[in-house]
Amino acid sequence: MSIQLKSCAKWNKHDISNHDCSCAHNHTSVPFAGQGHGHEAMKDTTPHDQTVASAIRARGLVKRFGPLEAVAGVDLDVPRGMIFAVLGPNGAGKTTLIRMLGTLLRPDAGDATVMGHDLRTAPHEVRGEIAMTGQFASLDEDLTGRENLILLARLWGFGRRDARARADELFAAFDLSHAARKRVKDYSGGMRRRLDIAASLVVTPGVLFLDEPTTGLDPTARQRVWRMIRRLAASGVTVLLTTQYLEEADQLAERIAVIDHGRKIAEGSSRELKAATGSGFLHVTLAGAGALERAARVLEQALSAPVQISAEGARLSVPAPTAAAANEAVAALLAAGITPEEFSLGSPSLEEVFFALTGQSPETEGHP
Amino acid sequence: MSTAPRPATLRHVARPPRPSRLSNALVFGWRAILKFRHVPEQLFDLVMTPIMFTLLFTFVFGGALAGSTGDYLQFFLPGILVQTVVFNAVYSGMGLSTDIGKGLFDRFRSLPIWPLAPFAGLMAGDVLRHLIAGGIILGIGLVLGYRPEAGLAGTAAAFALLVAIGFGTGWVFIVLGLVIRTPTTVMTLGFTVLFPLVFASNIMVDPATMPGWLRAFVEVNPVTLMTTAMRGLMAGHATLAEIGLALSAPVALTLALAPVTLWLYRRE
Repeated sequence: MSIQLKSCAKWNKHDISNHDCSCAHNHTSVPFAGQGHGHEAMKDTTPHDQTVASAIRARGLVKRFGPLEAVAGVDLDVPRGMIFAVLGPNGAGKTTLIRMLGTLLRPDAGDATVMGHDLRTAPHEVRGEIAMTGQFASLDEDLTGRENLILLARLWGFGRRDARARADELFAAFDLSHAARKRVKDYSGGMRRRLDIAASLVVTPGVLFLDEPTTGLDPTARQRVWRMIRRLAASGVTVLLTTQYLEEADQLAERIAVIDHGRKIAEGSSRELKAATGSGFLHVTLAGAGALERAARVLEQALSAPVQISAEGARLSVPAPTAAAANEAVAALLAAGITPEEFSLGSPSLEEVFFALTGQSPETEGHP
Repeated sequence: MSTAPRPATLRHVARPPRPSRLSNALVFGWRAILKFRHVPEQLFDLVMTPIMFTLLFTFVFGGALAGSTGDYLQFFLPGILVQTVVFNAVYSGMGLSTDIGKGLFDRFRSLPIWPLAPFAGLMAGDVLRHLIAGGIILGIGLVLGYRPEAGLAGTAAAFALLVAIGFGTGWVFIVLGLVIRTPTTVMTLGFTVLFPLVFASNIMVDPATMPGWLRAFVEVNPVTLMTTAMRGLMAGHATLAEIGLALSAPVALTLALAPVTLWLYRRE
C-alpha cells in the first residue's frame, strides 16, 4: 500500500497526470490506457471472447519471494500479433512476471490466460503455445548449434529427418549456417542470442517471450535482433519482451507497460507515454559540470518543474509548457551568468518519461 | 539486407503430433551420448580415481591385507566397481546443477514435454558412463590377473546390478543438483557423504578386524550390501537374499526421490 501511495505522490508531484489518486491502484486507469485497439476490441464481449482475442490476459498477478513482493498485482492485456514491451529498471519484477506467464513460476495470486489457456489449470497447454528465451542463452554449450536445434525439434515431436531439415532451415534463416557445426561454447554473444531465438521458433509459437533480448549485445548485434523481432511480429507471432532500454521499447513495441517495484505504473504506446509526461521538454547542455547545480536551480525556479540531470552530468532536462516559458528559462540562465552550450525544445525521451513516472532514471536504480 | 533473417524463418511451422514419453526420454539420452562425443575428457575424470585406487590398493596394501596381491585383487575388484559407480553419480549431479545455472532447464521446463524426461536422459547418460567406466576397470583387472569365477554370465549379472546401483544413487545427486546452485558444492557435499560410506564398508577390507561399533555400521551400510552381492555374483555364489539386500537401497531411493525430483522440477 505504501508503494502505491508513493507512486501516487510522484504522479502529483510531477504533475503529469491529473487523475484521482484514489484510483491509482488500478494502474490501467492512467489517462491513455484503454485507448489501444486491444482494449477497445475487448470491451463488452463475453469472458470467453476476451481470452480468445488476446494473446495474454493477466489479472492481479502476484509473486512473493519471502517478504518481497516481486510482482505486486499486475494486469496485462496483450493483443495477438503485437510486440509488447515490459519496461523497467533492474529488479522491477520484469523477469518474475515473464517467468510466471511462461509457466516457470507459479503465481501466488491472480489469474492469467495465455492464448486462451489458463495458466493455473492448463500449464501444459500453455507450454504448447509459447516459446521462452531467458536472459541467459539457454543452450547446451557442449553441443553444436545444430545439435541443439535438432534436440529441441525432436522434443517437439519432429522425426529425425524433419528435425534436421528444420534445424538447417533455421540456421539458414538466421544467417548462422557457417556456425551450425561449431559448439555453442565457441559462439559470440550475438550469435548465441540469435541461436537462442531460433531455438524458440522450432515450432512457430503463439507467444514468444523474450527476457531482455539484447542485454549485453553490441549495437550491431542489437540491431540484428531487433530486425528479427520485427519480422517475427509481422508474421503474426505475439512478442512479449522485457527490457531496461527505453530505446528498445521505443523502437520495437507498439505498446509499453512500465513496471516499477512489481507494479505497473503506466501503459500505452511510446507516443502516449510521452504525451502524458508533458508536451514539451527543454534540454540544456552546459559546457562543463561546474555550474550544473546552479543551472538546475535556476531552471527549476523559472519553470517550477523538477529538473532531471543526465547521467553524463552536463545535460539538464525540464518540462516546459510553452516555447515562451522555455525562452524565459533560457533567459534566466543567461541572466544568472550561465551560458548554455546548446539548448532545444522537444518532446520528452522515454528516459524522461520514466523519470517522471518513477522519480528515477532506469539505469540508476535506487539513486533517485 | 543479407544480414536480416530471410522469410524462411517466418514460415509458420505447426506443432507435430505430440511425441510419447519414451520418445522425449530417448532424445535426452541422445543428448547424453552427444556430450560424451564432444567432451570425452569427462571419461578421464570418471576412471582415473578408480584406476589409481585399484593399482595402489592392490600393490601397496594388497600383500599385507590379503597375503598376496593376486588374492587381494580378487577380493577388491567387485568392490571398486561399486565405488566407481557411486562416485560417478556425483558427476551427473554436477552436470544438472550446471544446466540449471545456465538456464537450459528453464527452456526444458517451458516445453510441453514429459517432466521426467530430462532426468530419464541424465539417467541414460549415467548408465552409459557406468558401463564404460565399469568396463575399463574390469579390463584393467583382467590384465592384472583378476578372474571372475562365475564367468561371462556372472559378470553380466553383476553389471546389471551395478547399473541398478548407479540408477538408485543417481537420484540422490539429481536432487542435490536441483537444490544446490553451484556445481562444485554438489561435488564437495557428495564426496563428504560418500567417502565415509565407501570407506566404512567391506570394499577395501574384511570388517572382521574393525571395532564392534564400526562393524555394526559397516554391516548395514548399503555399500557393504551392494559389494557383498557384487562379489557373490562375480564369484558365482550370490544368494537371492544378498541381491535383494543390495537392491533395497537403490529401490528405496528411487521410490522416495523420483517424486521429490518431480516436485523440485516444478516448484517455484
